[in-house]
Amino acid sequence: MNNPNPKTLYDKLWDTHFVGSRSDNGDLLYIDLHMVHEVTSPQAFEGLKIKGIGPRRVDSIVATVDHNVPTTDRSQGLGGIKDTISRDQIQALQINCHDFGIDLIDLNDLNQGIVHVVGPEQGFTQPGMTIVCGDSHTSTHGAFGCLAMGIGTSEVEHVLATQCLVMNKQKNMRISINGPLKKNVFAKDLTMFLIGKIGTAGGTGHVIEYDGSAIESLSMEGRMTVCNMAIEAGARAGMIAPDQKTFDYLKSKPHSPKGDEYETALKYWKTFHSDENSNFDTVHNFFAEEIEPQVTWGTSPEMVIGVNDRIPLKEDYISQTERNNFEAALDYMGLSAGDSLENYSLDQIFIGSCTNSRIEDLRKAAEILDGNVISKKIKRAMIVPGSGLVKKQAEEEGLHEIFISSGFEWREPGCSMCLGMNPDQLGEKERCASTSNRNFEGRQGHLGRTHLVSPAMAAAAALAGNFIDISS
Amino acid sequence: MNKSISNIFSGEAVFLDKANVDTDQIIPKQFLKSIKRTGFGPNLFDAWRYLDKGDLNSDNSKRKLNPDFILNHDLYKSCNILITRENFGCGSSREHAVWALTDYGFTTIIAPSFADIFKNNSYKNGLLLIEIDKEKIDEIFTQITEKKIINIEVDVHNQFIYLEEKQIPFELDDFKKKFLLDGIDEVGFTLQHQNKIEDFEKNYKKTVPWLFK
Repeated sequence: MNNPNPKTLYDKLWDTHFVGSRSDNGDLLYIDLHMVHEVTSPQAFEGLKIKGIGPRRVDSIVATVDHNVPTTDRSQGLGGIKDTISRDQIQALQINCHDFGIDLIDLNDLNQGIVHVVGPEQGFTQPGMTIVCGDSHTSTHGAFGCLAMGIGTSEVEHVLATQCLVMNKQKNMRISINGPLKKNVFAKDLTMFLIGKIGTAGGTGHVIEYDGSAIESLSMEGRMTVCNMAIEAGARAGMIAPDQKTFDYLKSKPHSPKGDEYETALKYWKTFHSDENSNFDTVHNFFAEEIEPQVTWGTSPEMVIGVNDRIPLKEDYISQTERNNFEAALDYMGLSAGDSLENYSLDQIFIGSCTNSRIEDLRKAAEILDGNVISKKIKRAMIVPGSGLVKKQAEEEGLHEIFISSGFEWREPGCSMCLGMNPDQLGEKERCASTSNRNFEGRQGHLGRTHLVSPAMAAAAALAGNFIDISS
Repeated sequence: MNKSISNIFSGEAVFLDKANVDTDQIIPKQFLKSIKRTGFGPNLFDAWRYLDKGDLNSDNSKRKLNPDFILNHDLYKSCNILITRENFGCGSSREHAVWALTDYGFTTIIAPSFADIFKNNSYKNGLLLIEIDKEKIDEIFTQITEKKIINIEVDVHNQFIYLEEKQIPFELDDFKKKFLLDGIDEVGFTLQHQNKIEDFEKNYKKTVPWLFK
């Protein structure tokens, strides 16, 4: 029988959380899970204190410290943080969580880690939910069939106080990727390839649903990597419909429902998928076979090529603005037009971030590094696990021994050099192969040069001292 | 018609000729360690504006300015309108980017497009974003290149900008306009709809009891 009112996954998430419209036509969307970290929350908590109100639902909030924490020895806790401004910010979160009765996964907790690694790993992230966090990579959680969005600090305060986010419904975009991925081509390559195709503003005003056999074949961790970078394509949210892999993943997680409640939840979760014939405003189709291992060459995630491709030429761009941007990016990155990326030596390697710091990422890197030593050209290579649990798992599997004996530093969990708020930073003009998500100017350190890659490419580049083709 | 408040969005314009300006450029990460909402203006576009690397402890008045950066030109030092290229404000959700722009003195930004999270952060802080066609931005670029200084009058209420002889319409959501013109507290405004939230919650709790502890 034909469904008279087919809905997309996003339509369903919107409809099940739509509270109503305010008199000014702003829609109120109910929020199930609010994840909080130290950098974007202090001003929001201050706002609540000034208003003399508290969070509406403390049970919907989870806090952790990640952006600003050191990834070196933490045995001295807060007192061991030398940067007093960083320490104050971490302490502010501790005080705010204490004052408002919010659960905080603190610095020396085994479960501490990057907020977008912790959420799924603990089972806080579940299908059919709305999730927000004052961090643009909240899109990661969409891998479970949630509507997960990054928000600003004023919105953090608003959600704390009202349990609602004010917005108007966005457009539906579907990106289908079918066929098998080539050898040594991963979720990271796939998501970077898509950004290269649709551009960093390609998804603006939309939420993206990813589907197709290439997406279905990915593990939950791979799907998180794909959705993580939806924001780099301009979309506030990326999502993938839940399937058996999602349900199996959640079964054993500490905060997912158990027993009869799991069965009830499962029935509910299974309703979250796009109906046949549902309407998308924008549709893109790609074949996974055409994707090579990807490396960014410029200062925007859309400035990306296959590892065997050449850096573009000025003539490849039509408008003067594009040409100006191209030249500025090449100049900043210290590259020549039309050159091969293999010709440039690397100074640092960073494996980590909410994009690629989970156990499968570490296993992939270990597989390549096993029994090898990194190039003498590399000044520093580090692996920063996404959470204390990822670190523990890796150590149980002996991965850390592989990393250490190959010349990598094995660090404590946090955001680390993805954004370099802590001491993990690039020096001026240092070139880095990084598994993070943004190659913006100065992102990893003042005048630092970032090339975004998969963990496998980062590991292979560490051994060679430059990028190499890993697809054969 | 609220002409007087509307007028704060009018003024002299400076053109930043770059596309995809991300929030890491607008306010670099070292300044996000502040737990305040104010004081970010001197570090707006920090890496482009100064020749050295600054942090929260820097005395900005003693730092060497980059003479090639447009905001450092004498002509543009007191501009309150920023005109730029597409996808301004992409990247991180940091509201500090908006705080830096408003603290510096910008009241209005005109571009072909803005990133979604940045858009939301802007109106909540009274920063007006105006989207107009790429072609019109190109025309303004030509004008500003010739005349150096241009004045733009913005009528938020009726949603028009007046530039030289031209009148250009722009779109603005009702709820954003309200906050720009009235500057009211949004949390308080939403809490006027508290009954709606409570009714929703009561029903929703029956559907997903496992999400309520």
